[in-house]
Amino acid sequence: MTRITQTILLLAIVLMIVLKGCAQRAPQSSSGPSGQAGNTITIKGSDTMVQLGQRWAEEYKKVAPNIVLQVTGGGSGTGIAALLNGTTDIAQSSRPMKEQEQAEFKAKTGREVVEIKVALDGLGVYVNQANPLKEISIPQLREIFTGKITDWREVGATPGKIILYSRENNSGTYEYFKEHVLEKGDFAPNAQTLQGTSAVINAVSKDERGIGYGGIAYAKNVKVLAIKKDAASPAISPDLTHVEDGTYPLSRFLYWYLPQEPTGELKKLVDWVTSQAGQAVVKDVGYFPISKNAVAAHR
Amino acid sequence: MIQSAETVTPSRRRSARRSRIIEWLIEKTILATATVAIISILLIFVFIGRQALPVLSSESVRQTANLREFFTPNGTTPQGEPGYIWQPVSEKPKYSFIPLMIGTLKATIVAMLVAVPLALLAALYTTEYAPRRLREYIKPLIELLAATPSVVLGFFALVVMASWMQQAFGFEMRLNAIVAGCALGLAIIPVIYTVAEDTLTSVPRTLREASLALGATRAQTLLRVILPAALPGVFAGIVLGFGRAIGETMIVLMAAGNAAIVSWSLSDSIRTMSATIAAELAEVVYGSPHYHTLFAIGALLFIITFVINSIGAWIIGRLNARMRGTVQ
Repeated sequence: MTRITQTILLLAIVLMIVLKGCAQRAPQSSSGPSGQAGNTITIKGSDTMVQLGQRWAEEYKKVAPNIVLQVTGGGSGTGIAALLNGTTDIAQSSRPMKEQEQAEFKAKTGREVVEIKVALDGLGVYVNQANPLKEISIPQLREIFTGKITDWREVGATPGKIILYSRENNSGTYEYFKEHVLEKGDFAPNAQTLQGTSAVINAVSKDERGIGYGGIAYAKNVKVLAIKKDAASPAISPDLTHVEDGTYPLSRFLYWYLPQEPTGELKKLVDWVTSQAGQAVVKDVGYFPISKNAVAAHR
Repeated sequence: MIQSAETVTPSRRRSARRSRIIEWLIEKTILATATVAIISILLIFVFIGRQALPVLSSESVRQTANLREFFTPNGTTPQGEPGYIWQPVSEKPKYSFIPLMIGTLKATIVAMLVAVPLALLAALYTTEYAPRRLREYIKPLIELLAATPSVVLGFFALVVMASWMQQAFGFEMRLNAIVAGCALGLAIIPVIYTVAEDTLTSVPRTLREASLALGATRAQTLLRVILPAALPGVFAGIVLGFGRAIGETMIVLMAAGNAAIVSWSLSDSIRTMSATIAAELAEVVYGSPHYHTLFAIGALLFIITFVINSIGAWIIGRLNARMRGTVQ
């Protein structure tokens, strides 16, 4: 009995090693430098943009059936790290690349990284549908998420402890929120960190006292709050006009980063994504298309 | 191999030599395989140690990540009191191990409280009370639990168990140490059960028969004779389960809420050491203080399991010695 088990175990281990070897070799051969040789293009990064990327991949298959887009998440930081290591063709990011990262890229490759704005997003602040609150100001949000306000009573909602839902620190959304709402302060220690915006939405939809944040496209079964820049300014909800003209305080671009000026199939893809067809997908998923107005307003 | 030279024909001698060569080859292959396994484990230790070492040796890393940072109060809580804070992405990164260690400890304690009684009682039932037929179903079924991928258990805890428990107990935080600990308990029940069941079955039949013959009841035999005789093995199972619980990652990553809170309340969300490594190592800048800190957590985790296993082995040795009667 034991000898049979041992043999099986041994065989399993050998099989695992062999399979692992194969699995590791496979992607290296298919995604050559910049994906120009093969017809697989790898896209990696922001969890906020995974849905968008996958819809693009589906639609693009109809335009160019022989090109396979491989879209994976992991967080903006992960995507940019992959771009620096040369393991992805395109990095998706929900925050602009940091100067330090750009410098690192230049030091490594001697080239400037290529930035393409692919969509516009309003960062939504969510509460449970049972929550009577309709609007909130940025300073209030800051106090809530840094742990200075801990009870809903203090912002005029039904009394009860506020349960914070945040994201892991490799998330571009996390960094955006930290920079623009917390003014680089730290999140409260009792903020739960979840893996991805949909996890946050799911948690808030089940938790009457919860509050979370994330890309607007994910908002389902939760209430999206209107945001006031400060206590005195008007409350603005994240809809197309307000995100596009930049009056919604938490609007941001979503980016693609490429290691060099795209050529060949990559260029075709980039052109398609920024074209009307590609931007229609953006709208479909729930983000806002890039327009000249938007680019001008956010300067 | 004692044969006189006259009776051995040349062909038989050749075949004997061939089988000796094959024997030699097999022996060396097995030796090589075993060596590869041991060497790779050693290399892992060396690698983790080397990546963790800069928190002790490198000047630039030590400015932000050092032992004092890890184990003494390193920041202020929102209420303005000094506290232990894990906030690695920040203007001033804060790397306190204390909330992570508390998180790991809480999850492990809950898991052990759930798993040890259940697994032991199940093992006692299957060895002593269950009808033979039933036993042949129960054992593989419990062991099937071991084959359940931890990501599935984690998902179950995240989606189903957390909601049940919040409704039943009214937890403030939906994901907390109890939810994660219970799911973790499910993962280690088969570990403890299998080992305990094996040792209980291997207690010599004569002990049982002698006890019953002296007029002891079944329960007395079980508690006074069989369980003490099987104690070293049972304890080994518990130590094994503990090691699995402390290092398990996926379940706690999904079901614990991952908030690095310093509190002893089991209904608070927790962030364990293993989940922190899993969540943060993917994006961390190579060679940064944060990177080396994560490896230091890994090294600490390794040291903790190593110490606990060693203590376990020592206790098992003592128990065995007592069983043989060499120690009173």
